[in-house]
Amino acid sequence: MTAITLTPRPTWSRFFLDRSEIVGPLFIAPAILYVVLLVGLPFLLALYYSVSAYTIFNPSLAFVGLKNFRDIIASEIFRRTLVNTLVFTISAQIIGLLLGKIGAMLLMQEFRGRGIARALVVLPWAVPVSLATLAWLWMFDSLYSVINWTLIALGLVDGANRPQWLGREDLAMIAVVVVHAWRLFPFGVVIFLAGFTSVPKDVLDAATVDGAGFWRRNYQIILPIIAPIVLIALIFGTVFTFTDLSVVYLLTKGGPINSTQVLGTYAFQVGILSGDVAHGAAICLFLFPFLLIAVILLLRSLRRREI
Amino acid sequence: MLRLAKKLGSEGAFYAAVITLVVFAAFPFYWMLITTFKADGDLYDLKSIPYWFNTAPTLEHIKYLFTETLFVQWLMNSALVGLCVVAITLIVALPAGYSLARMPGRSAETLGIGIFLTYLVPPTLLFLPLARVVTLLGLQDSLWSLIVIYPTFTIPFCTWLLMGFFKSVPREIEEAAIVDGCTVMGAFVKTVLPLSVPAVLTVVIFAFTLTMQEFVYALTFISSSEEKPVTLGVATDLIRGDIFYWGELMGAALIASVPVAIAYNLFLDRFISGITGGAVK
Repeated sequence: MTAITLTPRPTWSRFFLDRSEIVGPLFIAPAILYVVLLVGLPFLLALYYSVSAYTIFNPSLAFVGLKNFRDIIASEIFRRTLVNTLVFTISAQIIGLLLGKIGAMLLMQEFRGRGIARALVVLPWAVPVSLATLAWLWMFDSLYSVINWTLIALGLVDGANRPQWLGREDLAMIAVVVVHAWRLFPFGVVIFLAGFTSVPKDVLDAATVDGAGFWRRNYQIILPIIAPIVLIALIFGTVFTFTDLSVVYLLTKGGPINSTQVLGTYAFQVGILSGDVAHGAAICLFLFPFLLIAVILLLRSLRRREI
Repeated sequence: MLRLAKKLGSEGAFYAAVITLVVFAAFPFYWMLITTFKADGDLYDLKSIPYWFNTAPTLEHIKYLFTETLFVQWLMNSALVGLCVVAITLIVALPAGYSLARMPGRSAETLGIGIFLTYLVPPTLLFLPLARVVTLLGLQDSLWSLIVIYPTFTIPFCTWLLMGFFKSVPREIEEAAIVDGCTVMGAFVKTVLPLSVPAVLTVVIFAFTLTMQEFVYALTFISSSEEKPVTLGVATDLIRGDIFYWGELMGAALIASVPVAIAYNLFLDRFISGITGGAVK
């Protein structure tokens, strides 16, 4: 009897909030709505822009088919941009991963000051990218570059003929690759560290007892175990590098003579600075097939883990 | 004896490698620090050794930054954007993460992965159409545009992080609350949320640092100086034609970086387990 009187009177809100089949979708709806409205729809808009004649001077949205794509493929600057983007991504990624692996192997050991060393190594990745890049801009200064000062002091370069890091085509590419690898490698370090600590100690001990040496332990035992994690790091790192705009924009703005122009900076230049949104969107879309591959790889690695 | 020498030698090589790595990573920040406090005469002197102060350190640059530039305004803009984005992220991602964690069957898994994948869609692909969306919303050249757009990358990441966390909270706790007369919503608010304080804190920190990291959208949407967040204002408005401006520039970069760097370091492990999807136990 008392149990019945204790039950609160059902109200409308009560009726809804009690049902998980209603509350569940209700809880997730805002997130889906946000993503659909501000990621999904803009993406479709980008697709349409790329086949339209839309510029900020002529917002007509007239359909022009694949003309924009033909235009940019025919453009010398775009082809150079595409090559630059690949060179930039692959070299920064290789350097970043290598340094990441070396860093993780070092930081895995027990030594005094390890905590501080790890905190300092993580800095390039933690600090806002635009601010960190400014420090490099100053270090690459045409006259007061500390890098040049050191090279001159060591007698490696001639003081009268100091390298113009951001002013020469070949050096500028090296500079943006180094800065991006610098920014990326701490991510590699922490991912590899997480991977290494997940390798069971007894497996390693057993292998050592069975006579496996350093390289064999490394490549036949540790690497296969940490491969899924490394793959995720690789996917994220590559996506972040391939689509980067900030580092190149702040250091060189794509110059000198488009020698460091990458897809991101070129799309920004065409789509925003020149106002030719249609061609800008077409340039951006060259990122898409590549992103699709990344997504498929990521999905596979996530699925494999579940099984 | 030989063995001892060999041990010392390899130990020396080990420390040399560690130091090289740390110097490579941290030198630009040391360089920020030293430039901030160097007098102009010392900064722009090609003769003296640049690694240390050759004349007395000065607070001139910092003083100039706080009195003669919009630096304080930019810091406040960044703080405002960060706080609003964190609030939006929590309001949207907390229920979403919970719902995904409790939803039965494979559809939840698929939905969760789908939301996480949008984190991989880069600003570079979306900044052109979003610039148009921002104009349609009447937010062009206002920092409110960033408050509306930034959750597009904080929500996916934080939903994923929270989903992982909520899965580790035993279902029995809410079921007990529901048996005691709570609604599903009430059980979530009264029993699950109080247990989730560490996860919520992580989300707050990460949503905030992610907004501090962003550059492309801010560069695209905002052109008036007073509306810029600190990362954009320092990079675009402090660089002027004259080269004798590096003290202020590095000071600004340093001051804005320090809190982010500390926060990141404290929550690094959680970030990693989030991004690897708990692949590492």
